Amino acid sequence: MNPVRKNRLYMTVFILVAVTGVVTMLMLAMEENLNMFYPPDKIVSGEAPRGKTIRAGGMVMDGSVRRIPNSLGVEFTLTDHQGSEFFVDYTGILPDLFREGQGVLVRGELRQAGRFAAVEVLAKHDENYMPPELLDLAQEGGSSG
Amino acid sequence: MAEFGHFSLTLAGVMAFVTAILGYVRSDDEHWAAHIGSLVLGTFVFASISFVALVWSFLQDDFSVAYVANHSNSLLPWYYKISATWGGHEGSFVLWILFLCAWTLLVVLRRHNYPVQIYTRVIATLALLNVGFICFCLFTSDPFERLIPMTPADGADLNPLLQDFGLIVHPPMLYAGYVGLAVPFAFAIAALLENRVDALWARWVRPWTNGCWACLTVGITLGSWWAYYELGWGGWWFWDPSENASFMPWLAATALLHSVAVTEKRGAFKSWTLLLAISGFSLSLLGGFIIRSGVLTSVHAFAVDPERGLYILIFLGIVVGSSLLLYAQRAGAYSSQVSYRFLSREFFMLINNAVLMLSLAVVMWGTLSPMGYEALTDGKISLGPPFFNRFFVPLMLVLGVAITLVPVLNWKRTRGDRVLSFLKREGVIALVVSALIAFVVRPDVITVVIGILVAVWIMVTHVLDLFGRLRKNSRQPLSYVGMTIAHFGFACSILGVAITSSQSVEKDVRMVPQEEAMLAGMSVHFNGVTQVRGPNYVAQQGLFVVRDGDSTFELRPEKRRYLAGGAIMTEAGINPGLLADTYIALGEPLEDGAWAVRMHHKPMVRWVWLGALLMAFGGILAIFDVRYRRLRARANSTSSDAPLSGRLVRE
Repeated sequence: MNPVRKNRLYMTVFILVAVTGVVTMLMLAMEENLNMFYPPDKIVSGEAPRGKTIRAGGMVMDGSVRRIPNSLGVEFTLTDHQGSEFFVDYTGILPDLFREGQGVLVRGELRQAGRFAAVEVLAKHDENYMPPELLDLAQEGGSSG
Repeated sequence: MAEFGHFSLTLAGVMAFVTAILGYVRSDDEHWAAHIGSLVLGTFVFASISFVALVWSFLQDDFSVAYVANHSNSLLPWYYKISATWGGHEGSFVLWILFLCAWTLLVVLRRHNYPVQIYTRVIATLALLNVGFICFCLFTSDPFERLIPMTPADGADLNPLLQDFGLIVHPPMLYAGYVGLAVPFAFAIAALLENRVDALWARWVRPWTNGCWACLTVGITLGSWWAYYELGWGGWWFWDPSENASFMPWLAATALLHSVAVTEKRGAFKSWTLLLAISGFSLSLLGGFIIRSGVLTSVHAFAVDPERGLYILIFLGIVVGSSLLLYAQRAGAYSSQVSYRFLSREFFMLINNAVLMLSLAVVMWGTLSPMGYEALTDGKISLGPPFFNRFFVPLMLVLGVAITLVPVLNWKRTRGDRVLSFLKREGVIALVVSALIAFVVRPDVITVVIGILVAVWIMVTHVLDLFGRLRKNSRQPLSYVGMTIAHFGFACSILGVAITSSQSVEKDVRMVPQEEAMLAGMSVHFNGVTQVRGPNYVAQQGLFVVRDGDSTFELRPEKRRYLAGGAIMTEAGINPGLLADTYIALGEPLEDGAWAVRMHHKPMVRWVWLGALLMAFGGILAIFDVRYRRLRARANSTSSDAPLSGRLVRE
């Protein structure tokens, strides 16, 4: 084989092996690290799997946030305002935009029906996502300042 | 003023359109080429006027302009009023257009380096892209739109997250890089139209590639740094889709940077280089689509508008479709018959390109597949950082190992015994040094040990090589020095990532005033919280006294409430250091005056950004290599396939 052909052969084999390897690894990694998202109704209806890392989301129900004394523990209820709601417990620091009435995402495991153990709480990091009540407040505050 | 800006932008669009027509139709005409230069200058001037008009509207608090009303407030300090210009979607596109005009103008200034046919077509392609962007701006996202008669008394304020120094500089650098990728793209199109892809062409493209790549690098680094201190989470990379949107073009540009070097020096990888040049810019458009279209909702996807997304998608389709069509028609002719061995620069460049393309594929898959899933099924999925890290750690290590050998490799072939002796000498030093580091750091993960070894090894080989050469001859070509610095920077980044990701200590604790906590051998004393007032916010400021052995320092993290929007923001207190950062952020107030407090000890986190800045610096340095200045004399020489005699040593 002349050197050019030999190089081409090497290259083709190299690319083939690499591509196959990567695709296999991609599939494996997808399987492990894929987090499905479930809205409140699916959590309540039992469609969401238990004991597996998933993501869920909803609006924080008014008056549901409760701090556990002398710890960083917190509990709150997420709702879709259509009758489906579930309980979340979390230990740690809540994001700045977390507040009652605000939409949040939680990542963690569903322990038992309607009870979610979160390891991460995410609030949308954008003021444009504020609920209308807060937007009104924003405009009032702006004009007085 | 706003109408004036709108008018100028329209005028710039018309001029760009005329430039494009002239450039393509009269591409051989020296006489017209001169006029094209003035047209480009005109476009730039009018785009600048339009941009200045927008900045002016911000400075004057002209809230009758909708964009100003939505992104500014009379309380905002003047420097944030200026940066608010690119704090939202519409304004950032005006900046984008301005940068495209600036890059085009730079090409005009270097016009004597290129034959007239190439020059006019490059300008025409850039102008055509500009027409597309200006139309996008005017028709779907007009920043000059007025709110009359419903003029608000005051603006809604700039998102507090964006009220920060990092956000004054991060978007402009990033856009400069994004848009800069249009220049290699335009050169690729011109080369395909002219049927001229040779070593000289590669030499024209290289400085531009370096330039936009460096801008992109700095832009991404600033974004990462900003996320680190401003988001209050202490992370520096989140594999967030909008980060990935800028990372994908960067990976392509990095591959292009190396591939075009082979095209210049050896006349190989020609069609591949063209493809990379096209895909680099396409990826920056794709990034724009991802961020602007509303297909994702993430930290800084500030615009959600399907109409804009559709426009970008159509634009992307036209640009990618037509350029790939052209590529498919013409590029077949550029198959090169260049032979090289395994131990050669060519082959290692191939490894570089393969690894970068695989990385690109992983990022793309990880970014696009959740979106595809959502579009196809209704369900939502997400791929977290573990997915990306799983690939990136091994891929970057392979890349790192390949880089260690760079100083010893020659073009075509390298003698095996030379490589062996190189491995022995430099390898031993690297082993000893990294063993020392590992002894101090005591990592418990094997990939971290490998990471340290690879990073140190790259540093040793490159530094020894640089000094060895400087001793022989103190005048080394800048492209060589630049490359060495860039590779050294890459090693710094690897070292930083390896150490900070494995050795960081993160603690969330509940603290009452006068309480003390321990963090990585330091004692942290919480003195309590006081209220302070900023120009447009009220803040709860905590005072922490950190004692580390003999040294003591204070950290004052803040919890701010912005007056205009009532938005709450965390401002972390950071004690930066080359060896470690101490980072404290206030969580939320708890009962009895206690606070939730987040504390981090992050060793060597600065090295991640420092390394990236070194890479960018290396790239810039290489632009000033003498051989790019000697282009003028050659500009009108005939096309030749023979590789140029380069000044790179050991050729």
